[in-house]
Amino acid sequence: MISSPSVLAFAEASLLARARRRLLGDGLARACAALLAVVALACLLGPFVTGHPYDRLYYDYPGVPPSLALYPRPEAVGPALDRLALRMRVRAEDVAVTGEAVRLTLASDRPIDDRVLTFFSRSDIFGEARLLGRSEDGRRLTVEAPLHALRFLAGTDALGRDLLTRTLTAGRLSLALGLMATAVALGIGVAYGALAGTLGGRVDAAMMRLVDILYSLPFVFFVIMLVVFFGRSVALIFVAVGAVEWLDMARIVRAEAQAIRRRDYVRAAEALGLSTSAILRRHVVPNLLGPVVAFAALMVPRVILLESFLSFLGLGVQEPATSWGVLIADGARSLETAPWMLIVPASFLVATLLALTLLGERLRDALDVRG
Amino acid sequence: MTLLQLRGLTVRYPEAGVTALESLDLDLARGETLALVGESGSGKSQVALAVMGLLPPQARVSGSVRVDGTELTALDRPALDRIRGARIGLVFQEPMTALDPLFTVGHQIALPLRAHRGMGRRQAAARARELLDLVGIRDAASRLSAHPHELSGGERQRVMIAMALAGEPDLLIADEPTTALDVTVQAQILALLADLKRRLGLALLFITHDLRLVRRIADRTAVLRAGRLVETGPTGELFRNPRAPETRDLLAAEPAGRKDPVPEEAPVVLETRGVSVGYPGRRHFLRAEPPRLAVCGIDLTVRAGQTIGVVGESGSGKSSLGRALIRLEPAAHGLVRFEDRDLTALDRRALRPLRRGFQPVFQDPMGSLSPRLTAGEIVAEGLRVHSPHLSAADRDARAAEAFSEVRLDPTWRHRFPHAFSGGQRQRIAIARAMILRPRLVVLDEPTSALDRTVQRDIVALLRDLQAAHGLAYLFISHDLAVVRALADTVLVLRAGREVERGPTDAVLARPREAYTRALVAAADLDGDLSQA
Repeated sequence: MISSPSVLAFAEASLLARARRRLLGDGLARACAALLAVVALACLLGPFVTGHPYDRLYYDYPGVPPSLALYPRPEAVGPALDRLALRMRVRAEDVAVTGEAVRLTLASDRPIDDRVLTFFSRSDIFGEARLLGRSEDGRRLTVEAPLHALRFLAGTDALGRDLLTRTLTAGRLSLALGLMATAVALGIGVAYGALAGTLGGRVDAAMMRLVDILYSLPFVFFVIMLVVFFGRSVALIFVAVGAVEWLDMARIVRAEAQAIRRRDYVRAAEALGLSTSAILRRHVVPNLLGPVVAFAALMVPRVILLESFLSFLGLGVQEPATSWGVLIADGARSLETAPWMLIVPASFLVATLLALTLLGERLRDALDVRG
Repeated sequence: MTLLQLRGLTVRYPEAGVTALESLDLDLARGETLALVGESGSGKSQVALAVMGLLPPQARVSGSVRVDGTELTALDRPALDRIRGARIGLVFQEPMTALDPLFTVGHQIALPLRAHRGMGRRQAAARARELLDLVGIRDAASRLSAHPHELSGGERQRVMIAMALAGEPDLLIADEPTTALDVTVQAQILALLADLKRRLGLALLFITHDLRLVRRIADRTAVLRAGRLVETGPTGELFRNPRAPETRDLLAAEPAGRKDPVPEEAPVVLETRGVSVGYPGRRHFLRAEPPRLAVCGIDLTVRAGQTIGVVGESGSGKSSLGRALIRLEPAAHGLVRFEDRDLTALDRRALRPLRRGFQPVFQDPMGSLSPRLTAGEIVAEGLRVHSPHLSAADRDARAAEAFSEVRLDPTWRHRFPHAFSGGQRQRIAIARAMILRPRLVVLDEPTSALDRTVQRDIVALLRDLQAAHGLAYLFISHDLAVVRALADTVLVLRAGREVERGPTDAVLARPREAYTRALVAAADLDGDLSQA
């Protein structure tokens, strides 16, 4: 019935090899996988490259829109110097802006103390100022200060923190949380559900009643309880999300395992004398794979959203640490004044979720033996 | 006068690279019954779908389909809707899934009446009742308000026929209308169709794989193979003088031959006394319903080399008995002695080492092989349990031997089950049992899901394996023709109780009990097909 060599090779390839071949042959799946890889790498390495610490506040640049331009802008240097001079209680005169530095004379009615120069390095615009000359009476100082050249590709937030760095740092937490919570839910849920579905009877009834009881706990109440007992930490969110998400997985897996349990190949395995654990391992779990993979791929985005919900309520990640959910909540509040604060983290989240969902669907199809 | 005329009808699925039908020419006159016969995959159902315009969207249709002179392939959807249901009625194979479980029978029959004949609600209900009377449903008035799950399989099929007749069609297409039914019900439905055809002057296009039905109902027969018409002619003529080799092959595929009896002194493999099989009753909050007995009080003695045929309609408990005897769910009570051990006394763990002595083969060749394992892994699985000292290479070598034994190419053992046909899958299932060298094999309808020609090969294989290894078979089937070819002794079950038993030929030729007589009559065993 099978003739051509390529079809024959396909019929003999192992399940995973076939799934991989199908996925690689699928342009959309490749694109999704590539996008996910790019996002993950950017989140891992990006914060080292952007040149901004994620929690550094640039007091001089709050709410800067995204652009490729270098800051400070030349026309902004003058007013900035005036503000600085005001705080040093001097006058800024003969201001000359060259490419990378500014040269000026500080004038006052009284002799100027050198120590005022430290004001320069406290500003985000200038580096440490050098004293070039001092007049006889000490009322005029000639000073050169380098300009701090900064770029904010994605703009800054209302406190002047670089949004790109923050988004990438947030991605670390969101992705890690999504993966970890899903892995936990997968591990517990598949084992628990497959066991309940395979054993059946009273054991199954008892195991599933426990799931029902946990289900009936309101999630937010549960989290608040955890916070009360254990204090607030990121690890706690992992626990809370994992503890809730495995319930769904266990239910799905149990229903699927029950259906598989009634299949003739499981009966045949029993008749061959396989032990219950061998039947679980060799027959039930591998045949669960398709729906479980699809559900897991959809669970990652759900977990990410759940975390942002918790953080939004103030039960999750706390400043200055951040996650996509926190950033989006911030962005939503300043949508009218600084739309980029919503757009940048939201586009990262949407791209990731879309790629994950599509990839999960493709993966399920690729794992389907009938196709 | 020709009612249905097909000319050069071709159905292709370009995406799958499959040609389902190739330039098919057929004519069907008013008042005539034409049987369309072929094995699975021959394209016979595609004809029904093409006439009704129900082919899936990826199908490409060319050629002409004329009903009473109207070309159907050129019609748009609303024009087609005025013809199908009104001029043509369709009856499907599976009466459970073809009816909508959410609506009452009366509602579903009234739908086409209101759509095609413009009847009001009350008028349609009255007509629906007449239709149920017409298709022989007793107490039609009360059945109108029944939901499909409250009806038996035969009644559902009658309702389907009533729905198809609601538009007063000239042409009725019946696609395997009796395949999902028990033989006695099958006979009733066939009689109903023949009667309706006569009374209403219908043209009937009867699609089936079962040649026995064709002989009883059809005026003319057309044989399809691989999408092509290989032969057509008057039914009697075609059965007496098949011209095409494909037709001869189909006719010769009826199970033939008889089983040689085993000597009296052959060792007893399985012995049971008063075996009952029950499913636990439903558990409520505080009390439990009593267990439901599927089988009651069966005594059996199976000797090496012997085949016991267990026959009965669906629900007679024959599958439950077969499973219970080899200690699968449900549980058996009473004495079950395998060789020298009492099986009912052993717990699961103690039973495991004994399991290599008795193996099952199931009906559904799709469902009995795990899709995640290669055929070779499936076949060798029992060795993991019973010969744990074997290395993976040894197991693989033994699997290759088992493949040869069931006449499959051993190099195919690295393929997954989906790459095999139904008959090949059933061979894999047999190889999985045979690799353990069992003394008893419980065959639960092993040939029922297969085409007749494939069935013939499986029957031959089972015979050869029995002769080579002195196997004892418990052969469970509703198909008396196969049982007659394979079994020494036949046991007739009804509602879990023994009705009759005896040597196969004696029971089938001279049944004592009325129930057995009905079964034998419905199976239409007498005479060979070629003497129709």
